[in-house]
Amino acid sequence: MPNITYVSHADERTVVEVPVGWSVMEGAIQNDVAGIVAECGGGCACATCHVFVDPLWIDKLGEQTVMEQDMLECTAIESTERSRLSCQIKVTSNLDGLIVHLPENQS
Amino acid sequence: MAELPIIVVGAGQAGLQVAESLRRGGYDGSLALIGNEKILPYQRPPLSKQYLSEGMLEDRLLFRSSEYYEKKDIELVLGQHVSALDTSARSLIVDGKTRPYGKLALATGASARPLSVSGSEHEGVCYLRSVDDAKYIRGRLSADPQRVVAIGGGFIGLEVAGSARELGHSVTVIEAQERLMARVVSPLVSEYFRKVYRSRGVDIVLNVAVNRIERSTDGSLIVVLADTRTIPADLVVVGIGSSPHTELAETAGLHCDNGIVVDEFAQTSDPYVVAAGDCTMHKNSRLGIFHRLESVQNAVDQAKIAAMTLLGNQKPYDQVPWFWSDQLGAKLQMAGRSDGFNRTVMRGSMEDGEFSIFYFDDDVLIGVDSVNRPTDHVVSRKLLAAGANVPDQIIVDLEQNLKTLL
Ligand SMILES: Cc1cc2nc3c(=O)[nH]c(=O)nc-3n(C[C@H](O)[C@H](O)[C@H](O)COP(=O)(O)OP(=O)(O)OC[C@H]3O[C@@H](n4cnc5c(N)ncnc54)[C@H](O)[C@@H]3O)c2cc1C
Ligand code: FES
Repeated sequence: MPNITYVSHADERTVVEVPVGWSVMEGAIQNDVAGIVAECGGGCACATCHVFVDPLWIDKLGEQTVMEQDMLECTAIESTERSRLSCQIKVTSNLDGLIVHLPENQS
Repeated sequence: MAELPIIVVGAGQAGLQVAESLRRGGYDGSLALIGNEKILPYQRPPLSKQYLSEGMLEDRLLFRSSEYYEKKDIELVLGQHVSALDTSARSLIVDGKTRPYGKLALATGASARPLSVSGSEHEGVCYLRSVDDAKYIRGRLSADPQRVVAIGGGFIGLEVAGSARELGHSVTVIEAQERLMARVVSPLVSEYFRKVYRSRGVDIVLNVAVNRIERSTDGSLIVVLADTRTIPADLVVVGIGSSPHTELAETAGLHCDNGIVVDEFAQTSDPYVVAAGDCTMHKNSRLGIFHRLESVQNAVDQAKIAAMTLLGNQKPYDQVPWFWSDQLGAKLQMAGRSDGFNRTVMRGSMEDGEFSIFYFDDDVLIGVDSVNRPTDHVVSRKLLAAGANVPDQIIVDLEQNLKTLL
C-alpha cells in the first residue's frame, strides 16, 4: 500500500499506509491524523480537508476540477498554488511517498 | 477505589464524537463506548449515495480504524445492547450484566419509522438506516432492471430513488404531502427537485397516501394508493421519517418528548447524564428553539458540547445548522433555516442548475439553500454565524464575492 506522509502545522510527521483508490483525506481520517476535518465526508463541499502538497509532488497529482478550484477559495487558511482538497486526491501506486502539509486550522 | 468510568451508549456519529472529544479535552480516565451494531462505528450518509450507486466498499464507511480505539484507550464494546438504565444507582445493564458509570452520555440515535399499512411486512418492503439495510438494497439493485418504489419523498427516499435511477432501474416516488422534502426545504427547492426527477424519468406522485401493499401471483408487489391507483414494484423502500431511540431514557425516568430532552449544554434531566445526536430534543440557543435534528452537523457539534459538559466546561450549543444531500447529480446544501422567511433572493439560476436561495425575515438573513454552489454554502454558514448584513444587490451579482461581506 502507498505510504502517505502528513506533516502537521507543528511539524509532526505521521506516515500512514493508504489503500489504492482511497482519498488522501480518508487515509488521514481513519488514522486519526489531526488537522483534517472533512465535514462533508469527501463531497468537495466543505473545504475542511485542505492540504498543501509538498513542492516535489505537486506536478504528480491529477488535474483539479472547477468545483475544487472554487472550493479552494473558501478554505479557512488562505490557499496557495500548492493547495488541494485532500478528498479530491485519489491514492494511486504512483503516489507512494506523497507528502502533504496541513494548515493551522480548517474552519 | 478507581474512579468510575464515563460510558457512552450508542457507537454512531455522536457517540464516537463524544468519546473523541473527551480524549481531546484531556479526560484520561476510563471510557467505554457501547453499541449494539457489530461493525466498527461508520458513516450513514453514503449508504443512500455512493454505497448504493458506486458500489463503495464497507471499510471506507468506517470513521476510524480499529487501532484508533486502542490508541485512545477507548473500550469499544460492539454488538451489545444496553437494556436498562438506573440513574439512582448510576448503572446500566449491558447484555444482562450490570455496569456502573460515573457519568453517562446517551447517543442512541433513531430508527426508521415503520410503515403501518397492511402488507408492510412483505418480503421486498424495506427501510434504510443501517449498513445491513443498505447491503440488502444494494443486492436487490444489482439484479436486472427492477421496478423500485420509494414511499416518502424526503431525503432518504429521494436519494435511494436517485441512486436506483442512476443504476438504470425504473423508479416511482410516492409522497403524501403536496411537495417533496416538505419538512426541510422551501417550496421553491421542492419544485426544482420535482422537475429534476421528472426530467430524469423518475415518476413523482404527490399528495396521496399509500393504502396497502399487496403481493401479486407472480410474487412481485403492488402498492395500492388511497385513490385506488396501483403501482407494481419489485422493491419498496420506505423513508417516512424516523423515531428517536428514547426507550432507555424514558424507562429510567428522564424527561423525553419526541427525543431525550436536553438543554443547550446537552444536559438531560439527570445531572450525571448528557445526550447528543438524533436521539435528542434539544435547545439551540442561537435559534432560541427546541427541535430534533437528524444531521451529521448536529451529531458532531452537539456531541462536542456534551463532552465539554462532562468535563465541567459548559458552553452553549448555538451552531448554525447545516445539511447536505446528493440527488441525481444535484448537490443540495442547506444552512440555517428555510421556514419563517418573508422574502427570498436568488443567486445564480435554476435553469443552469446552479443557484442559491437566500431566505430573509425582513432584513435578517435566516438561511440559505444552495444547489451545486458549494462555495455559497460555505460562505453563507459564516455569514449566518456572524449575523452579517447581506445586501440583495451583492447576492444577485455573481461577479461579487460573498466573502467580502465577512
Ligand atoms: C441513509 C442515510 C443517509 C443520511 N444522509 C445524511 C446526509 O447526507 N447529511 C447529513 O447531515 N446527515 C445524513 N444522515 C443522518 C446522519 O447519518 C445521522 O444524523 C447521524 O448518523 C446521527 O448520529 P447518531 O450518533 O445520533 O445516531 P446513529 O448514527 O443512529 O447512532 C446510534 C447508535 O446507537 C445504537 N444504539 C441505540 N440504542 C442502543 C442501546 N440501547 N444499546 C446499544 N446501542 C444502541 C444504534 O444501533 C446506533 O448504532 C443520513 C442518515 C441515513 C440513515
Ligand atoms: S471533505 Fe469536504 S471538501 Fe473535502
